[in-house]
Amino acid sequence: MTHVCVYVLNQESAFDFYTNKLGFKVKMDVPMGKDARWLTVTPPEQPELEITLFPVAAGNMFNEETVRSITELISKGTFGPGVFTCKDIYATYEELKSKGVEFMKPPTKEFYGTEALFKDDSGNWFSLAQLV
Amino acid sequence: MKTEQYPKVYLYKRIVQAKLFIDSNYANNIDLDNIADEAYFSKFHFIRLFKNIYGKTPHQYLTAVRIEKAMLLLRANKAVSEVCFAVGFESISSFGSLFKRIVGITPSAFLEKQQQMKIQILETPLKFVPGCFVYQNGWDEK
Repeated sequence: MTHVCVYVLNQESAFDFYTNKLGFKVKMDVPMGKDARWLTVTPPEQPELEITLFPVAAGNMFNEETVRSITELISKGTFGPGVFTCKDIYATYEELKSKGVEFMKPPTKEFYGTEALFKDDSGNWFSLAQLV
Repeated sequence: MKTEQYPKVYLYKRIVQAKLFIDSNYANNIDLDNIADEAYFSKFHFIRLFKNIYGKTPHQYLTAVRIEKAMLLLRANKAVSEVCFAVGFESISSFGSLFKRIVGITPSAFLEKQQQMKIQILETPLKFVPGCFVYQNGWDEK
């Protein structure tokens, strides 16, 4: 997979979260007219995977009703788009926590490794894992 | 959230704080000995722990942060000399050679490449977006 889409409630705030808190790098930042922006970020050690930070906004893709539904679902933490792995989960956990990232579960030993759960600024949750 | 004390949590906290200190102060003349002192480690113990966690010595990590920030500033169209001092280097020649060794091209070549890329993005933005997203968003109709 080369591109994955994460729906976010506020693209500017998501930009700050994914770059300044998670430490991801901006891959593409392309203005699409005056109201839209194609914004992708990549995990620092996986530059081939572009994560599109796609705002939930009314337009061709979503009508107003869909925007309301998706916004509600994201806000209440319905979606867990994926798993990020890291080399040292305790260091990553301490760093993200000190930057204000909200964790739903601290690093916990599981049969496949050590795993924590965190939310992005929209409410999407992710697993952070150090695999055995 | 339940609190769980994982092994050597105090060591982790101190090393992570040292890493964050480098992230925030890369533009200054950082004395890595001082960081080790502030973290209550001997210099060699500190370097060993830092490298175990981040795969780089504190000095290598500081250099990597400086080059990464330099790339960000060059992407923002800043002049090479301005970037050099803004990220904590004291000489343009040492900045240039280190940049080339790590990035593969000189800072001025990198800057030129970024400027060309920006022009292409402004002139033909749809070339940089997968067609499925262009179609779904109706960007090709505007």
